[in-house]
Amino acid sequence: MTPLVNIAGLGVAFGGVPVLRGVDLALGKGEALGLVGESGSGKSVTWLAALGLLPRHAQVSGSVRLEGREILGAPATELDHVRGGRIAMIFQDPASALNPVLTIRRQLCEALALHRDLQGNAVKAEARRLLDLVGIPDAGRRLEAYPHEFSGGQVQRIMIAMALAGNPDLLIADEPTTALDATIQAQILDLLSTVRREFGMAMVLISHDLGVVAENCDRVAVMYAGRIVEEAPSNQLFADPAHPYAQGLIGALPPLDGPRRRLTAIPGTVPDPAKMPGGCAFAPRCALASEPCGHAAPSLAPIANDRRVACIRAEAFRRALLGIAAE
Amino acid sequence: MGRYLAIRFGRAALTIVLVVTFAFVVLRLSGDPALMILGPEAPPEVLAAFRKAWGLDDPIWFQYLDYFRAIAKGELGRSMRDGRPAIELVLERIPATLALTLPAFFLKVALGVPAGIYAALHRGSAIDRAVMMTAVAGFTVPSFVLALILVLVFAVQLGWLPSGGQDSWRHAILPITTLSLGGAAVLARFTRSAMLEVLGQPYIRTASAKGVPWRKVVTSHALPNAAIPTVTILGFMVGTLIAGAVVVESVFAWPGVGRLLVVAVANRDLAVVQCILLLVAMTMVTSNLIVDFLYGFLDPRLRAKGAHA
Repeated sequence: MTPLVNIAGLGVAFGGVPVLRGVDLALGKGEALGLVGESGSGKSVTWLAALGLLPRHAQVSGSVRLEGREILGAPATELDHVRGGRIAMIFQDPASALNPVLTIRRQLCEALALHRDLQGNAVKAEARRLLDLVGIPDAGRRLEAYPHEFSGGQVQRIMIAMALAGNPDLLIADEPTTALDATIQAQILDLLSTVRREFGMAMVLISHDLGVVAENCDRVAVMYAGRIVEEAPSNQLFADPAHPYAQGLIGALPPLDGPRRRLTAIPGTVPDPAKMPGGCAFAPRCALASEPCGHAAPSLAPIANDRRVACIRAEAFRRALLGIAAE
Repeated sequence: MGRYLAIRFGRAALTIVLVVTFAFVVLRLSGDPALMILGPEAPPEVLAAFRKAWGLDDPIWFQYLDYFRAIAKGELGRSMRDGRPAIELVLERIPATLALTLPAFFLKVALGVPAGIYAALHRGSAIDRAVMMTAVAGFTVPSFVLALILVLVFAVQLGWLPSGGQDSWRHAILPITTLSLGGAAVLARFTRSAMLEVLGQPYIRTASAKGVPWRKVVTSHALPNAAIPTVTILGFMVGTLIAGAVVVESVFAWPGVGRLLVVAVANRDLAVVQCILLLVAMTMVTSNLIVDFLYGFLDPRLRAKGAHA
């Protein structure tokens, strides 16, 4: 079966400095995928590049297929149809994500007019219905308001309504709750999973919050320094991370139950993209690094059904997993 | 909203009073109109009679109060040279000045704004660099130098256009060109930076991400936002319509308000200078008020603030 989106060898460089160094990722219809990693690991850039939303001076290479059709470098008219119509995206900072001088109605109806065959009053009625759906009270009156008249959480709800306007197959939520209060975060995440179920959409949840991803996603891909280093079903990744970086991320999480333990931090910082070490980018911070790690960057290798890891110790993991399975 | 308006108008009135006061004091401290108009050879009793006739021998504070009393009655004084009401002298020059500054204003906008937008949309391209180099040249070269270059090329060398005077529409071409080029350069640079600022905002990416074609992203999302800072400069340019052509009118011997001002200052023709400055201050202040209201119209966030203020 063709996946909904298939990204292969996606690379992005700014002024010759690579920030994305060969990303391979597939996403099925209706699937919820979490994309985690530190700031600057390339989570957002992956999807901005896929949708052609990076600034013009970015050099993008590789392939992004939507139901088998290449969209990387596709003509503008085709991309405009994909953006919002097939793949919608919402962003981190709701305060600046909406145009300050246009009413919500203008911005919502614009998306509806672009992707739905609606006319006249039907457009406005649909806009009202969407606002209702995302939980903006008094939707009819609020349509005429401007973005600054809403709170951050409400603006993010409006962004979700706008994303739903095109009936997309995939919603990319780029750190949708990072800029919001904790109580509002939970509401927005609830809303996202509700609309995902109702619309049967696939979703990519980009976040550096592992807890958020664990709760909302079927599968997780961990990114480090412009590459995916591990990909696994959520429950397996959190129970038994294979890549030392994923282990480090999960070791840094406080457990909700069980005995209290000391949290571990990953030593060092993410390498500067301009001074990337040869070989595995994580090796300088890795407690398990050995001499061969410096030679070549390991590629993603399967270690079980649905599980892939980019580490020279992948084979050892695979055996360990099989050994557990054999018992 | 009423309070907001009252504050705005109050400030505007204060600005006008300050400008007029400044002009009044400086003019009276910087030379004796009697000597300027009658000449140094005039007999002392004639000079004294002249000073007495125009109230110049009164203390300055008395003259100042007198001046405001006259303004309150709608009198702006008379020219010391020919005794005609100053306002009449100024008003009859305004059409000539507007014949230069109005077309120049529209040319500035027609050239500067599209050039700035184009340069911003094609940032770093050869055209962007060319537009910006022209713009820098356009506002670093003083207008009298530009005027002289134009005269040299089009009047002296090529002989296509007259170098001065006001006899036909052909006489207006060089002065209008001089005025528009500098202003267009300023506007182009300003529009470009306003556009670049706006194009980097997250809401532009949001619009693209929902599938709005780039052309429409520019026209309906970027331009309305970039218009807000650009309007400031436009307002300033409207403010200079009356007396923004002093240098150009002098170079091209164009009988407008600017030349009247130069002559009146040289002669210390107090009433005429004060009348022109009052008019200039009023146009400046009015255009600033218009800009303030346009802000409210263009930016709903300011509209809300204005309503609360």
